[in-house]
Amino acid sequence: MSEQRVVIVGAGHAGGSAAAFLRQYGFAGPIVLIGEEPIPPYQRPPLSKAWLKGEADADSLALKPLEFYAEHGMDLRLNAVAVSINRGEQVVTLADGQTVPYDVLILATGARARKLPIPGADLAGVLELRTAADAEALKAAIGPGKRLAVIGGGYVGLEAAASGRALGAEVVVVEREPRVLARVACETLSTFFQDYHRDRGVVFELDAGVEAFEGEGGRIVGVRLSDGRLIACDAALVGVGATPNDELAKDAGLECAGGVVVDEDARTADPHIFAIGDVAHRPLPLYDRMFRLESVPNALEQAKQAAAAIAGRPAPAPETPWFWSDQYDLKLQIAGIPFEADQVIVRGDPAEARFAVFHLKGDRLLAVEAVNAPPEFMAGKMLIAQRKAVAPEKLRDMSVSMKNVAA
Amino acid sequence: MAKITYIEHDGTEHTVDVKPGLSVMEGAVKNNIPGIDADCGGACACATCHVYVDQAWRDKTGSASAMEESMLDFAENVEPNSRLSCQIKVGEDLDGLVVRMPESQH
Repeated sequence: MSEQRVVIVGAGHAGGSAAAFLRQYGFAGPIVLIGEEPIPPYQRPPLSKAWLKGEADADSLALKPLEFYAEHGMDLRLNAVAVSINRGEQVVTLADGQTVPYDVLILATGARARKLPIPGADLAGVLELRTAADAEALKAAIGPGKRLAVIGGGYVGLEAAASGRALGAEVVVVEREPRVLARVACETLSTFFQDYHRDRGVVFELDAGVEAFEGEGGRIVGVRLSDGRLIACDAALVGVGATPNDELAKDAGLECAGGVVVDEDARTADPHIFAIGDVAHRPLPLYDRMFRLESVPNALEQAKQAAAAIAGRPAPAPETPWFWSDQYDLKLQIAGIPFEADQVIVRGDPAEARFAVFHLKGDRLLAVEAVNAPPEFMAGKMLIAQRKAVAPEKLRDMSVSMKNVAA
Repeated sequence: MAKITYIEHDGTEHTVDVKPGLSVMEGAVKNNIPGIDADCGGACACATCHVYVDQAWRDKTGSASAMEESMLDFAENVEPNSRLSCQIKVGEDLDGLVVRMPESQH
């Protein structure tokens, strides 16, 4: 076992964590960690929040200190791009021609920001937010009095909008759908977040298409909407979703379906190859379905699954997917996926900025979206995992504590 | 630097130097100490960095905020000396701190 050589392609949160878990689980063989970025694995969530506002530095972003990799016998190769996998010979080839043999390969190549295929997309000042380098560019663009246009009212866009306001920038959010967070949250939540942002000076253009980025001298000066209006700005952040980096796997003949298809151990159909994190299309036993999830908890969970399988440890217990977002003084925590829900229950009052939305199918809780409501989130997450019957009237009744509901 | 001893549920001890300014959770994660998962990276959003603070250190580590309390309320195996280690900031005054880990994180 310990003679096996593990090669991890992708040194993000998933890849870096898989390497660390392998050592925690007692795997003593060689580990090669290959990353395209110039810096060792780091946490991305703060890039749109604490880091953007100057409340976290590079050291605190780092998953592990730089010495960690050498101390634990890991060969960390930065600025290295994997271009192909030869499954027959079990070799990864890098862009500079080097070859890296593997016994076990973990693909943790993540996802990339989706681009808008419109004129002006290559102007200076048209930004995206995935990497630390992206975040540097965004930080430079959102000082006091600067005008930021955010294209896409998803989590990245809204978190950047909140941070932008905190730094004194003027922010306009342009969203194609009639409401923000349309693909990822319920309507109650969308309305609440829109109002909360509006009260803090964010302007929304909903149901609005973007025709082009307009520039002068190669630099953006505004966003042209489909109705002809121009939103003047100094920079535009495009946050319209992400595309999985599954080309390496596809080219190597591995099954992909909007992400690399894996089983409950994060293993592909090739027993020597795993895929984890944003790039993986994976089963969630709780819902008896396949999903591709873009979240840190998902990256960590799958890193554990792969590391446990490789190190010969028991698999971690099936997890309840969850997610969080911080905006202003709001903590949003979501557990579960409201797939096939037939009943929605709101507990608490959105006007007080402390409430939770429960999604049920019959008497089974499928998902909870909690705003500044940790008990609702924690109890909800537990109930979802237990698949226990819950009484809707208790959920609705604030005089019944969540401990009681969960009992 | 503050020396902090983390004791796993099975009794395995890890004593490491933690830079003041970091949290007790960050001290564990950066040193790859098993048993503190810290899924959310310190946002007080997940309760996977639950520890028991050694009795002698309970005053110096302060008390939990309302947010932390309500997260802890639903963690497993909670005791009066339970804390979320992401919410304990390390200072020179915590040199010698001892924390123990629960059997499993939530």
